[in-house]
Order: sequence, then C-alpha cells, then structure tokens
Amino acid sequence: MEALIAIVIGVLTASGVYLSLRGRTFPVVLGLTLMSYAVNLFLFVMGRLMIGIPPVIQENATYADPLPQALVLTAIVISFGMTAFVVVLALRARAELGNDHVDGEENH
Amino acid sequence: MNHLVIAPLLLPLLAGIALLLLRGSATPMRQAVSLLATFTLVVIAFQLLLQVADGSVLVYRLGDWSAPFGIVLVADRLSAIMVLLTAVLSASVILYALRGADHDARFFHVLFQMQLFGINGAFLTGDLFNLFVFFEVLLIASYGLLLYGGGADRTRAGLHYVVLNLVGSTLFLFAVGTLYGVLGTLNMADITQRLAKISEEDLGVVRAAGLLLFAVFALKGALAPLHLWLPGAYGYTSAPVAAMFAIMTKVGAYAILRAHSLMFGPESGPVAGLLDPWLLPLALITVVAGTIGVMASKRLSQQAAYLVVVSAGTLLAAFGMGGAEAFAAGLYYLLHSTLAAAAVFLLADVISKARGNALDRLIPGPELPRGQLLAGVFLVIALAVSGMPPLSGFVGKWLILQASIGEPGMPWVFAILLVTSLLVIMTLARTGTMLFFKIEEGATAGSPVRVLDLGAPLALVLIGIGMVVYAGPVYEFGQAAAEQLLRSEAYISAVLQAATGGPQP
Repeated sequence: MEALIAIVIGVLTASGVYLSLRGRTFPVVLGLTLMSYAVNLFLFVMGRLMIGIPPVIQENATYADPLPQALVLTAIVISFGMTAFVVVLALRARAELGNDHVDGEENH
Repeated sequence: MNHLVIAPLLLPLLAGIALLLLRGSATPMRQAVSLLATFTLVVIAFQLLLQVADGSVLVYRLGDWSAPFGIVLVADRLSAIMVLLTAVLSASVILYALRGADHDARFFHVLFQMQLFGINGAFLTGDLFNLFVFFEVLLIASYGLLLYGGGADRTRAGLHYVVLNLVGSTLFLFAVGTLYGVLGTLNMADITQRLAKISEEDLGVVRAAGLLLFAVFALKGALAPLHLWLPGAYGYTSAPVAAMFAIMTKVGAYAILRAHSLMFGPESGPVAGLLDPWLLPLALITVVAGTIGVMASKRLSQQAAYLVVVSAGTLLAAFGMGGAEAFAAGLYYLLHSTLAAAAVFLLADVISKARGNALDRLIPGPELPRGQLLAGVFLVIALAVSGMPPLSGFVGKWLILQASIGEPGMPWVFAILLVTSLLVIMTLARTGTMLFFKIEEGATAGSPVRVLDLGAPLALVLIGIGMVVYAGPVYEFGQAAAEQLLRSEAYISAVLQAATGGPQP
C-alpha cells in the first residue's frame, strides 16, 4: 500500500514537473495542477495510512491522525483557487500577447 | 491574553472586507477608509513594538487552544519591528497611491489591505502551516495588485511570477508535509524541541525538508539563483505596487532568519546550522548578480528592481554570517533598504510621468519641468540606496562590514560589498546624468510634476535620515532583537508554556 501510494505521488510529481517546464501555458497549468494533486496526496499520507480506524482519541485505542486531513483540505482550497486564477491569467495572456507561449513570443 | 498581537491582522482584514462592501461607493470614501485603516495600523504596530521592547514574548492562542495543538501568534522584537516597518511603508505607499494610481481601480484598496493582512500574518505566526497560508494570502493579493492596469509586458511578467510562486507553494507543502510526517508537529517552537531529539535514521529526511524549506524562502527572498523572477515582476508593475513589494522579499528574508535562528538554530541539536554553508555564499552571489543587473538596466524601474536584488543579497549576507552583531546589522540594513527601495520606485514613477514619451527608459529625453527639484531628490535617494555617507545605507553597510571582521568570510564580504557599492554609485550617477542632463532637442515633456507627488518619496527619505540621526537606538534595538533570536529557549518556553500551564484568561 505505502509503496503504491509512493509510486503514485512520484509519477504525479514527475509528470507535473515535466509539464510545467513546457513552453505553452496550457501544459504549464496542467503541470501545476498535477503537482498540487501530488502534494495533496503526500500531505494526506503523512498521517500514515490506516484503514477503518476512527480519527478520535480514545483510551488504549489507535486512532488515525485527523490533522493531515485538515491540512489537505486547506491546501486543496488554496490550490483550487490558484488554479482558477492561473487559468484566467493564461487566457488573458493569450489575448494580450497574441499567442499562448509563456514568454509571449513564438520563436523562443 | 494580550489581544494587541492579533490586531495587526484583524484591522487590515476587516478594512479589506469593508472596502469590498464599499466597492460601488465614491472614490474619496474608499480612500478615507483605506487611509484610516493604514494609519491606525501604524499606531497599533508602534504600540506592539513598545510592549515587546522589554524582551517579553507575547503569545496569542487562537480560541485559547494551548500551543502545540492550537494555532499561536507570537510577537517578539523581530516580529514587532517587521510589522511596524510594513505599516510605515504601507502608509507612505498609500499616500502616493491616492495621488492617482487608485483611481478607476475599484479593488486596489481591497487587495492592498488583504496584502497587509497576509504580510502581518506571516510576520506574527508561530506555526509553519499558517506561514504557508499567510504566504498564499499575501501572494494572491499581490497577483491582483501586480496585474493592475494591464499591458502586454505586465501580463507576461505576471504570468511568470504566478507560475513560479505556485511551484514555490507546492515545494513549501512538500517540506511542511515531510516535517509533519517525521516530527508530528507544525508549531515552530515545538519543531525546534523535537529536532533536538531526532533519531539518527530520520536525520536525512529532516535535513532534506529543511533545505526544501530554505529553497522556498530563498525564492520569496530573491536569493540567487532564484532571483530571476524579481526584475520582471517588480520592473513592470505600477509604482505603488512595486514600492509595496519592497517588503515582500523581506518576508522571505524574515522567514530565512526565523528558520536559521530558531528551527535550525543552536537549540535544535543535530540539525543546528543547517543553512550555514549556503546562506553567505549565495547571498554574495546575489549581490554580484544584482549589481550586474543594475548596470545593464535600460529602464529606471528595472534598475530599481535590481537594486532590490542587491539589497536582498546584502542583508542575507549579514544574516548568513551569524552572531548577534551581524543579525543586528542585517536588521538595520533591512529597515533602510525596504524604505529606500520603495522611494526609488515611487520617484521612478514621478520621473517617468514627467518625461513624456521617453518614460523611464534611460535614453536622452526632454528637458524636465522642475528638473532641478527632481534631480535633487534623485541625488539624495541614490546616495541612500547605494550606501554613501551620510545617509542610512552607509550606516547599514558600515555595520555589516564591521560585523564581518573576524568572520571566516570577511575578505569576500569586504571585497564584494565595497566593489559593488562603487559600481552601483557609478551606475546611478550615469542614470542621473542621462535622465536630467542629456536633453534631446524637440522631445516634449509629459505632465508637469506636482510637488505633492514627491511627498511620499520624501517622507521615506526623511525616515531614512531619522534612522541616521537615531542610528544608536535603532541599532541597539536590532541588537536586542538579535540576542532574543539567539536565545531561542525563551521563545520556545513562552510559546509552549501554555501547553503545561493550561488556559489562562
């Protein structure tokens, strides 16, 4: 289970880094989104993977750490808002610069 | 519990919300609210500074949840002086913005107050995840402010700035997640304590997380080689926004100093001094890279942006040397360089308006109306920013050089800071000659300079002069703040005392 999740996070991050290094705004936005997925998953598993265990402290009972879930929720909200913003900005750049290259010039 | 600690956050937040509700009202109304909020912030910040001046660490537990479980705000000398600096800078900037930049911009003041909320939050928080949240708050406000006015150059610079910072935020979350996974806490004081007891097998992971955190702060603080976004973003945005952004690189520098002195400071055992091998060399490289940029700039606002890079490098060099004296010198230089950089941006805008079609490009232009006045102000600001006596830049650099005596990096610090200062003053002299004395026949000047436009830059210069006159007390305060930073056990026990003492009214 841990190995699978680790591989998933690794693949997501690698794809995200690759895409965000591309020259057009659309792949860059996709890359940023993939990276934020990867980091959300990463934060989530930092509370350790447990199945069927309550996130409540009881006497002599194991409990799942609820804090990473709260962190992930915050991170998701923020990255969601930022993605929306960067999409709008990319559209505006397309309109103002006349193309969708991140430097605004085709011959780079 | 002292509610003054949370006031610098609540005030801009509430003012921002009020301004959002007032967005349809007349411009003077919004200006009045924003102005009132900003000047009240100065008073509050000063009050806060007086309260922590005796060395006490004020801790504010939100919802009265005790520290490592709840979220805390912490005000020590360093936080308080940073909040005061933010307030003073924003007051000057808003006075300038009222002269025209905020007209037809319904959300300018909303974003401005939200940015203040984020910056003050970043300075006051005692929790690593909240630092991330406040970074995001100040960043999203800065995205909006940066893009105000539009234009192809500004949009392109804005796109780069936003994408880079989103990557930075992702790295920040990776670092925070790793630290939480290993240590099980996000409270900075608690992290420091647990780092001291870290087991051998976790050491590598924690060091990686710490250096990742450093990379993120270095990106915000414009440390080479992560400074390349800054000239574009600062050089193409509107003047009041660029002036306000002068504090934003300092947020990164503050975070580095906090991490350097607390989480990776003397109290943290095996990871103590994690940043030592990196900070000073990278900072000196930043100074050199920034100076080359200053010399190569083709526009005055771009030159101002590279001057911000130089100052970021200089003050991080001071922080990188370590020790109370160097921290104190760095703090003095930080106060000076923020105000001076803002003054350059504002003056560049005044000059740009007066030069008609030549704008602030460094080419021969029209003869300026009130040229002698402008040239005089430029001379004073250039002297301050390049570190020539008798202004505050000289005192700051002098203190840094003095602190470096006896340090292993001393020859490098002396050589690089002195040579780059010379190059900067020569370049600024060339810039001044080009702007004021190289007249192109037939070029038409822009709108005549309104003397009141010079009010805000002059106010910043006057504060700088005040910092020379009262250099003694300011430096002593910096030294007290530095000693407080170096004795981090007081900070840790103040924050965590709540955990054992239980909730107190």
